[in-house]
Amino acid sequence: MNNDLHEKRIPIIKIGNFLIVSIQVDMHDKLALQLQSQILQEIEKTGAKGVLIDISVLEMVDSFIGRMLSGMASMAAIMDAAVVIVGMQPAVAITLVELGLEMPGVDTALNMEYGMEMLERRLNDDDISLY
Amino acid sequence: MLGLTSDINWETLSKHLIDSENNIVEVRQLVRYHAKQLSMGIIDQTRITTAVSELLRNMYNYGGGGEVLIEKGIVDDKISLIITCTDHGSGIEDLELAMSDGYTSGNGMGYGLPGAKRLVDRFEIKSELNMGTIVRVMKWK
Repeated sequence: MNNDLHEKRIPIIKIGNFLIVSIQVDMHDKLALQLQSQILQEIEKTGAKGVLIDISVLEMVDSFIGRMLSGMASMAAIMDAAVVIVGMQPAVAITLVELGLEMPGVDTALNMEYGMEMLERRLNDDDISLY
Repeated sequence: MLGLTSDINWETLSKHLIDSENNIVEVRQLVRYHAKQLSMGIIDQTRITTAVSELLRNMYNYGGGGEVLIEKGIVDDKISLIITCTDHGSGIEDLELAMSDGYTSGNGMGYGLPGAKRLVDRFEIKSELNMGTIVRVMKWK
């Protein structure tokens, strides 16, 4: 089973100031938690200012995965990195709301491109506010 | 199974043991497959899959695992997918409380049962202290 977990490890790619994570598998709870800490470690290691999490392939987000994503956004914010969730399928969005799960503080964008723009804008705003 | 809707004409599609997190992923994918076979739309497929995922997690975390039965049959003149989750855990002491939004007995956020109920067309639950819990959910085609 440990091997299995290892095989399914979700890759995190760094481009510029951002980390890009594309979730391509149906995650069980442990894998979701593992991804959460993996991303935080990567933020620490690289000093990334933003994280894009692409969930366009995910056919289902239940309360656990939803909670992992919103927890992840709060944790990253404390580490001075913004998280944007991109590509949520309409059926997933409908189901999440019906389930009663709110994801406060989670920024979302329709796709990777918009998500990237969102992060870049935010980074620029931060730069300006320094002066 | 007293108190739960049942019918001998229902057709068993599959039966599974839940004893690991991997099982949960496999079974919820299978539920989606069966929902698709019944030609449910993508939103209903997602609703029933998500509801079952919540139930399986409850069963695994609090009921020590258990069995899942996937059936199809006619309920109230409608073709439905019927999923029954049975565990032999400690049972739920206060069902009304467990079914209320935001209540949690463990490390969850309390969306499990009431959330699952909102996503299906019929939700039935029976629980006996120290005997276990049976949850049966149905989604019309």
